Amino acid sequence: MKLKTTVLLGAALAGLLGTSLASAAEEQFIGLPSYRVGPYAAGGSGLFGGWIDYMTLINERDGGINGVKLTWEECETEYNNARGVECYERMKKKGATGNTVFQPVSTGITYSVLEKVAQDKIPMVTIGYGRTDAADGRVFPWVFPMITTYWSQASAIVNYMGQKEGGMDKLKGKKIGLLYHDSAYGKESHAIMDKLAAKHGFEVMKIAVAHPGNEQQSQWLQIRQAKPDYVVLWGWGVMNPTAIKAAAKTGYPREKMVGVWWSGAEEDTIPAGTAAKGFVAAGFNVAGANYPVIADVKKFVYGKDKGNMEDKTRVGSVYYNRGVVHGIITVEAIRKAQEKYGKGKALTGEQVRWGFENLNLDDARLKALGATGFLPPLKITCADHEGPGKVKFQQWDGNQWKVITDWVDSDRPLVRGMIEESAAAYAKEKGIKPRDCSKES
Amino acid sequence: MQFFIEVLIGGLLSGVMYALVALGFVLIYKASGVFNFAQGAMVFFAALTFVGFKEMLAKHLGMDADSSMVFWLSFLLAFISMIVLGIATERIVLRPLVNQPHITLFMATIGLTYVIEGLAQMAWGANVRGLDLGIVDEPIAWLMDNYEIGVSKFDLFAAGVAASLVGLLALLFQYTKVGRALRAVADDHQAALSIGIPLQTIWRVVWAVAGFVALVAGMIWGARNGVQFALTFTALKALPVLILGGFTSVPGAIVGGLIIGASEKLAEVYVGPFVGGGIEGWFPYMLALAFLLVRPEGLFGEKHIDRV
Repeated sequence: MKLKTTVLLGAALAGLLGTSLASAAEEQFIGLPSYRVGPYAAGGSGLFGGWIDYMTLINERDGGINGVKLTWEECETEYNNARGVECYERMKKKGATGNTVFQPVSTGITYSVLEKVAQDKIPMVTIGYGRTDAADGRVFPWVFPMITTYWSQASAIVNYMGQKEGGMDKLKGKKIGLLYHDSAYGKESHAIMDKLAAKHGFEVMKIAVAHPGNEQQSQWLQIRQAKPDYVVLWGWGVMNPTAIKAAAKTGYPREKMVGVWWSGAEEDTIPAGTAAKGFVAAGFNVAGANYPVIADVKKFVYGKDKGNMEDKTRVGSVYYNRGVVHGIITVEAIRKAQEKYGKGKALTGEQVRWGFENLNLDDARLKALGATGFLPPLKITCADHEGPGKVKFQQWDGNQWKVITDWVDSDRPLVRGMIEESAAAYAKEKGIKPRDCSKES
Repeated sequence: MQFFIEVLIGGLLSGVMYALVALGFVLIYKASGVFNFAQGAMVFFAALTFVGFKEMLAKHLGMDADSSMVFWLSFLLAFISMIVLGIATERIVLRPLVNQPHITLFMATIGLTYVIEGLAQMAWGANVRGLDLGIVDEPIAWLMDNYEIGVSKFDLFAAGVAASLVGLLALLFQYTKVGRALRAVADDHQAALSIGIPLQTIWRVVWAVAGFVALVAGMIWGARNGVQFALTFTALKALPVLILGGFTSVPGAIVGGLIIGASEKLAEVYVGPFVGGGIEGWFPYMLALAFLLVRPEGLFGEKHIDRV
């Protein structure tokens, strides 16, 4: 009798353990190195809020990805490199199969873990930031600077200016001011702008703004004196509203100012008040809540009181929607990888890397996701880890962002040439033999 | 020449904005001999509390957020918050450290910085807010039309506020009993206590006044660039001003501010292009460093003489 009881208890325990192991195996862990406090918290809370809301939507509406529930944990980086590396290390072994993907949302942290991700076999996705030449997947198999890179963005901005002028040939003899954050991020614009200036015959007037950029009197006096035809605002944080207000103070038309995607959020225009009206900015995602995907978030996530945003009015803002884009790309890469490695299974980072490399979000798929026009169609290959390199332009009307263009292309041959040249130099320096993509499946 | 004058005027007016922040440092230093590392965080806390109360009053009382009633009520509540913060700082941080070396107090203010930054974001969130004080940041039309010199109305307003504050504080320090007590405490805590000066009260008063200065500075900087975490960085602009003007002089903060503001702008415009630009960040520090070699106590600072 005693033996029977013991056997039964053992079986029950084993059953319980088995059940819990099985349920653990059906969870896909995603580590989120977020920044919700510190100098860039305003953007961080929107971006990570949108991202988490999208993953909650997948769990609540669809029951996960083919039954695999998404789990996540935030690790506060305060946008600090050292903390970002600490978060990476802390999260890489979490979950049944380890961290699925690392998305640092910081160029500094990207550089800090660039070599680690290859060793640990965890894909790193850097959407709209990071190392531009990592778009060459032959040299950087573990890094995915998706949708568009800084160089593609600069090129698309110049193309937009060409459109405004009535043709690229009309840019000849024009003067474009480049007001940039005096950091590696800001200087990322120099090489491509110089190349484009040489190609189209315009002049680039580079003006540095020292960090943090809360004082720009002298820079804008120089701009007033030089009278450039356009000013590209390559800013970050407080530098953006300060630039917009200083432009108004010196009488520079805001319609002639074009911000990059880190200068074109509500957090950049609202503090500038009425001075921001007319300001234009590029974006690989758009603002707005009138997309089916956002409607679903409202219905299935906020409808069940499971939303991540404390301030619900920010749902549909630029940073929030950017977070949703991060969510879509992550989920779709896992879904793609499941097609190869088994539907309904939790996957390793290495397996999900294949999902990213074979990701194809065409018009039909975007429509099914309720995200047509929300982000550009995206196709990643072994050689090309960037994808479309397109942006839309939005204009601040005093209250909200209004989309004013369709997706604007970059100069792909020029940008890709620069990427390959830079990646080849990196490969030579590090002794990396580029992959032969014809042999990848 | 006209461009030079425009840069110079712009620089001088920016310098006044730096002086506004520097004043808070001077107050605490005068009363306790401590360099208050948390002054930038106090500017952020004060401005965020002001806009936080504004939003709260408008939301809960159904009042117009732009009405003068909401403005002054929010100002009052934010000022009371700064007084409470000052009293709490004295009770929790400073009182246990009486007669400790100045470096200990300085270290305590570093810790205080993080507490205040965290507290502000915990209470009001990390969202960036706009702040409209009703003064447009655009050039005076008459100067622009006649001389083509752009001088911002907002910068002139800020200069007026700073000048008024300096006048008030100079009067407080020179001609009131509290002011004399403040100076005595700054010289020697123990000696001040021995002649019956209530150290705790003095510290509370001075932290409250520094809180008021932080509130004014925060509102002006916040109206200019938005109320956001970056307000803590305004402290970086005040440091060279303090070195130049002297840590113990209220008028010194203004003069230091004017020198730093004008020289950094002129340097950025006329030297910057030859060295790649962006020198505004470090040029004031270099100037302050050079000044330290010649006059370590600053332009108006008290010369420190030790009996050996």
